[in-house]
Amino acid sequence: MVLSANDKTNVKNVFAKISGHAEDYGAETLERMFTTYPPTKTYFPHFDLHHGSAQIKAHGKKVAGALIEAVNHIDDIAGALSKLSDLHAQKLRVDPVNFKLLGQCFLVVVAIHHPSVLTPEVHASLDKFLCAVGNVLTAKYR
Amino acid sequence: MVHWSAEEKQLITSVWSKVNVEECGAEALARLLIVYPWTQRFFDNFGNLSSPTAIIGNPKVRAHGKKVLTSFGEAIKNLENLKATYAKLSELHCEKLHVDPENFRLLGDILIIVLAAHFTKDFTPACQATWQKLVGVVAHALAYKYH
Repeated sequence: MVLSANDKTNVKNVFAKISGHAEDYGAETLERMFTTYPPTKTYFPHFDLHHGSAQIKAHGKKVAGALIEAVNHIDDIAGALSKLSDLHAQKLRVDPVNFKLLGQCFLVVVAIHHPSVLTPEVHASLDKFLCAVGNVLTAKYR
Repeated sequence: MVHWSAEEKQLITSVWSKVNVEECGAEALARLLIVYPWTQRFFDNFGNLSSPTAIIGNPKVRAHGKKVLTSFGEAIKNLENLKATYAKLSELHCEKLHVDPENFRLLGDILIIVLAAHFTKDFTPACQATWQKLVGVVAHALAYKYH
């Protein structure tokens, strides 16, 4: 799976539109993931997972930041997220299936807040991008 | 058997009552074929699927999308009895259509996105969770008779 030039443009455009809200969207993505896919909570036993939790806000900001970093280096996502990839492989070891669940929730958040931005083509590009990020983060697992 | 709370049933029926089955079905199927292009393998006889524009405008895609979502409506009327409701359809998808059940999950995920874009803030986390559960259960029922 390769990101075409169109895909990269589509993804950059989406992130340009959401730039002011990225942190909020990160937190909302996580909250929706925990509600929709309860097993994902097993990775956060140390978190307060109630709506509005400061920990979810902080972690949502981190997740959004990583996605933005990937977008800013979209020609070399593996390079940009190399340290995060190491972290996930060595320490966090989040099962690979969960990245798709997070991706689904991020798409839902974008759809909710910017429905007209998420045309079918943009939806496809964003889905591919999120897949690519998940692949990078799990690339060193074994 | 899957248990549905009163709240879940309410979230399902209240969303469904506002869904335009024809539009929503057409959009969901079109997006499936665009976002996951390999799903086009089942639709060789649909004519022009060469671009997103072609897919969105394709009358066979629209018609089939409506058919699929109309069937989904049957599931909603029979939440307590999904496996029986979909037994024949499940056999059909296995024996005649040869559709990998993974495709039902993909379509379910796409439907969620379509609903989210349509209902925006009304598509609360609880609503999303309920509907994600519903599409999962429908996919499971459709796969149940596979052998």
